[in-house]
Amino acid sequence: MTAFAYSLLTMGGLGIFFAAALAIADKKLRVQEDPRIGLALDATPGANCGACGYAGCNAYAEAVVLEGAPINKCPVGGQDTINGLARIMGVDATTAIRHVARLMCRGTAALARQKAHYEGPTSCAVQDLVSGGGKACQWGCLGGGDCVAVCNFGALEMGPDGLPVVFDDLCTACGACVKACPRDLFELHPIDREFFVFCKSHDDPKRAKEVCDVACTGCGICARNSQGAISMVDSLAVIDYAKLDPHVIPIEKCKTHAIGWLHPKQDLAALTAPAAGAGGAAGQTPATGAD
Amino acid sequence: MELFGIFLTAALINNFVLSQFLGICPFIGVSGKLSAATSMGMATTFVLVMAAMVTFLIQQYILAPLGLDFLQTVSFILVIASLVQFVEMVIKKVSKPLYRSLGIYLPLITTNCAIMGLCLFAAMRHYSFFQSLVFALGAGVGFTLAIVLMAGIREELELADIPRSLRGAGITMVVAGTLALGFMGFAGMKF
Repeated sequence: MTAFAYSLLTMGGLGIFFAAALAIADKKLRVQEDPRIGLALDATPGANCGACGYAGCNAYAEAVVLEGAPINKCPVGGQDTINGLARIMGVDATTAIRHVARLMCRGTAALARQKAHYEGPTSCAVQDLVSGGGKACQWGCLGGGDCVAVCNFGALEMGPDGLPVVFDDLCTACGACVKACPRDLFELHPIDREFFVFCKSHDDPKRAKEVCDVACTGCGICARNSQGAISMVDSLAVIDYAKLDPHVIPIEKCKTHAIGWLHPKQDLAALTAPAAGAGGAAGQTPATGAD
Repeated sequence: MELFGIFLTAALINNFVLSQFLGICPFIGVSGKLSAATSMGMATTFVLVMAAMVTFLIQQYILAPLGLDFLQTVSFILVIASLVQFVEMVIKKVSKPLYRSLGIYLPLITTNCAIMGLCLFAAMRHYSFFQSLVFALGAGVGFTLAIVLMAGIREELELADIPRSLRGAGITMVVAGTLALGFMGFAGMKF
């Protein structure tokens, strides 16, 4: 019984002693901080997962307040955190444009040739090692679903046509699929960006046409009128988004539809209303299947 | 001579990280950059020495006379946690860049088993106050040595051509194992 009482007294005494010492130290050693850091910390989910690229929620909150770091880095908190941080920092939440992953390949099972029938582990990483799987194009999507497997947010799914589909609502732009794809087909883009070159093939024109109906053949016709926004790199059109005005690009001249709008109906809409903005152009013309 | 023996044993022969595998978390976590690793070593050494002194006093003058040895673990945890809080406050006050570079690993010193291990070892071996102090210093020097060695190698590794499958955690584990193997060479030395 005495041991019990002594235990209580000892631990209680030590606890009170250290609590008091810390309380005094806290008063003496208090550092004047920007009060917004505390508020910003409250806006983060507090998971300390490090997905934002900072050491923890506290480090991210500090970076946002003191260094003006982007407020849309937290994949866990999503829109709530962006709104919270936007309120604290006095910036407009809409200026922090969300990024999503985009697949830079349109070589569906119907459009891309097969060079062989592949049987084996379906993982893209394996297929890529085993002489590039069954797909004839050595640059295109293998359809093995490595990206779907690594996505922690359920934002990717294999479509019926053999290409993964991104669900914009669920994508957090964490970049896991970008890393997982052995052919580097995923890129993170602002969610309102709708104009892409949907191909990564550096094959020469003849070969590119042979293996896929929607390959960039490197003809350069899109680059000629692009006012410097599109450059040809090893038979592949590459867009410099800083200079891009999609409406001057003669995408109708691209025989393979490798360049164009994310949502196919805009291919036509953009042609008939070249002056309208990218967003406003959607749906003005009935979709008749541009590709 | 006996104190020197305790020091050298804790620092090299029974190196806390590389021979006893205590405190692996910061050893892997903060060994990316040499500067952060050095500061982490210093901070841990400081906490080790402070914890050794305070836990010695508690063990010697409170727990042992009252026959409350079974409270060692829980009371030592209390001491270490409070000390780490204190160190965090001091570092935040004195050096903001250091506080930032240590980041989340500073609070993690709380759960650094090297510190808990040191306090329990010292109590178990009935070290005197000075022996505990030298033991803690040796452990701190050993920890700093290990983490700085590791950070130096990892900085070099940034430039090395490593097979893709081994990049990141893989090669780190290989290096840590090789280092541990090297420190096994001290085993058997007696003072």
